[in-house]
Amino acid sequence: MYAYDELDRTLINERVEEFRDQVRRRLSGELTEDEFKMLRLQNGVYLQLHAYMFRIAIPYGTLSSKQLRRLAHVARRYDRGYGHFTTRQNIQFNWIKLAELPDALADLAEVGIHSMQTSGNNTRNVTSDQWAGVAPGEIEDPRIWSELLRQFTTLHPEFSFLPRKFKFAITACAHDRAAIKIHDIGLRLHKNAQGETGFEVLVGGGLGRTPFIAKTIKPFVHGRDLLSYVEAILRVYNQYGRRDNIYKARIKILVHELGIEKFASEVEGEWRAMGDSALTLDDTVIEEIRSRFSYPRYEKLPHMPEELRLAARDPLFERWRRNSVSTHKMQGYAIVTLSLKPVGGPPGDASADQMDAIAELADKYSFGEIRVGHEQNLALPHVAKRDLPALWKALDKIGLATPNVNLVSDIIACPGLDYCSLANARSIPIAQELTRRFANHDTAGLIGRLHINISGCINACGHHHVGHIGILGVEKNGEEFYQITIGGRADENAELGALIGPAVPYREVADVVEDIVEAYLALRERPDELFVDTVKRLGVEPFRERVYATR
Amino acid sequence: MTSPLEQKIRITGPSMVTANRTFDGAVIYRTASKGWSTSLSDAAVVRTAEQARSLLAESVADDLGAVGAYIAPVEIRDGGEINPGNLREYIRSRGITIDLSVPA
Repeated sequence: MYAYDELDRTLINERVEEFRDQVRRRLSGELTEDEFKMLRLQNGVYLQLHAYMFRIAIPYGTLSSKQLRRLAHVARRYDRGYGHFTTRQNIQFNWIKLAELPDALADLAEVGIHSMQTSGNNTRNVTSDQWAGVAPGEIEDPRIWSELLRQFTTLHPEFSFLPRKFKFAITACAHDRAAIKIHDIGLRLHKNAQGETGFEVLVGGGLGRTPFIAKTIKPFVHGRDLLSYVEAILRVYNQYGRRDNIYKARIKILVHELGIEKFASEVEGEWRAMGDSALTLDDTVIEEIRSRFSYPRYEKLPHMPEELRLAARDPLFERWRRNSVSTHKMQGYAIVTLSLKPVGGPPGDASADQMDAIAELADKYSFGEIRVGHEQNLALPHVAKRDLPALWKALDKIGLATPNVNLVSDIIACPGLDYCSLANARSIPIAQELTRRFANHDTAGLIGRLHINISGCINACGHHHVGHIGILGVEKNGEEFYQITIGGRADENAELGALIGPAVPYREVADVVEDIVEAYLALRERPDELFVDTVKRLGVEPFRERVYATR
Repeated sequence: MTSPLEQKIRITGPSMVTANRTFDGAVIYRTASKGWSTSLSDAAVVRTAEQARSLLAESVADDLGAVGAYIAPVEIRDGGEINPGNLREYIRSRGITIDLSVPA
């Protein structure tokens, strides 16, 4: 966990009072909606179909049990008893009253949570691997650098009025769980031949109506130069990025139009011109941030404790363990993913009672720490293996032991037309129906890793372009239709999915997905050939034939 | 941002003006008595572009009470019952279409 210093605490508290005054002036009529809109957006407050929506940042996906309890309190006290974890390590509350928002913000500020820059044309929440600091083979904890970027970009005057929103993601593992290739800037921590730590810098990824996979702009930027290099990128974007057309304003469009070589050359020129500056990091700055992260005092534990050996006789426990428990860097410990995708439930939602219960389990079994992943699941990052049987029973009681992590019913979905003012079609009911169709966990296990992503509009909050199966809601003559893509992926081999054919109506979506899965089972070369690999090998044609032969 | 009043208004059938209430964001409908109601059945129904423009103008003028006013279609059933004219308005008037009962 990172402990905020006095500067951070002061900043957050002052921001609460500033927003309280802005809300007061809006409700008294001193501010018009036109004047107020940008102010509320910079504090993560949107107006959706039914109410204001409040988006709260969970920087690099790390939460303490105390913070999660406070989110539960906000859900209960100011909302309708639940929250929605998003694809960018935020949580959203859907029913909040503007008049009560300053009090909710004040309650969150007491535990170091805020909503600054969770909307607006600025740098957004810096996201990272939800297994940061505990994943085997990690170069080093990427949250150190994420926190550095968080501090650097928060209220940065040059980055507060960018042409469009701007998102960072950082990973320090060979396997990318942070989806860095679909971010404006993706950073992959690695070491050079001299053993120095630095970053491969990727630029221009993003989804939405014009999706692009990020391209490498520089294979190695030394850690001490991270801020100056990032600033150089943002200066070039600020100078050349389009402000005349919202649909062409993201950096991905600029990179595409200039070409990566030209863009890289502009950045290099800007960076060289900056030279050694105040932005060149000295080790003490990095160490100061590193020192504010606290790590558990792990015990020396056996690889296979007796409790685990005994519990393995229970097939239900074993199914959950194989699916939801992952290898930890420390012997005797494990990372446990908590599926927020119960059969028939809205993906990514957690009730206030569940949040409180998870906080209690985190205190008991995970050194008080919880992680949030972009797949809209949670994780307990430091669980002693001997505690896994007891944890499983406790999770099962609160509906959080569904053994479907990374399987077909572990669906990523945006709020869609049930909540969102931008949406054209519903996402959640489609996801719910699919989880019911694939409710048999044995069948889902046979199908293997398969990610379904659903977005209710072209803005792609459900990351449909990079779903193994992507589902995009569109509106045709007042009816909900859905375009289906296959073969997308968001990891280190990120790719955009390919459209399989004409959009299908709402009532047929689940049937189409079943057809695609059946085609895959018939076409795969062996049981461990993943869905995306079969699509890569065969292309979309056999799937298209299967889906449209009878439609 | 272009004001809704600067946009061309074209309606193809009975319509109403809806918005969100400023202090809590609740869905509201403009009434014939120049007020707002949370019930669609209280909405003032207009049938021409000119009527729609006039209703929208008075709605937008109430910047303190309402946010984001716009014209939306309605269906008038036998007996005069006012119903939402599209799925978006159906969801806004009736609420989310999903079951939220997550096990806890």
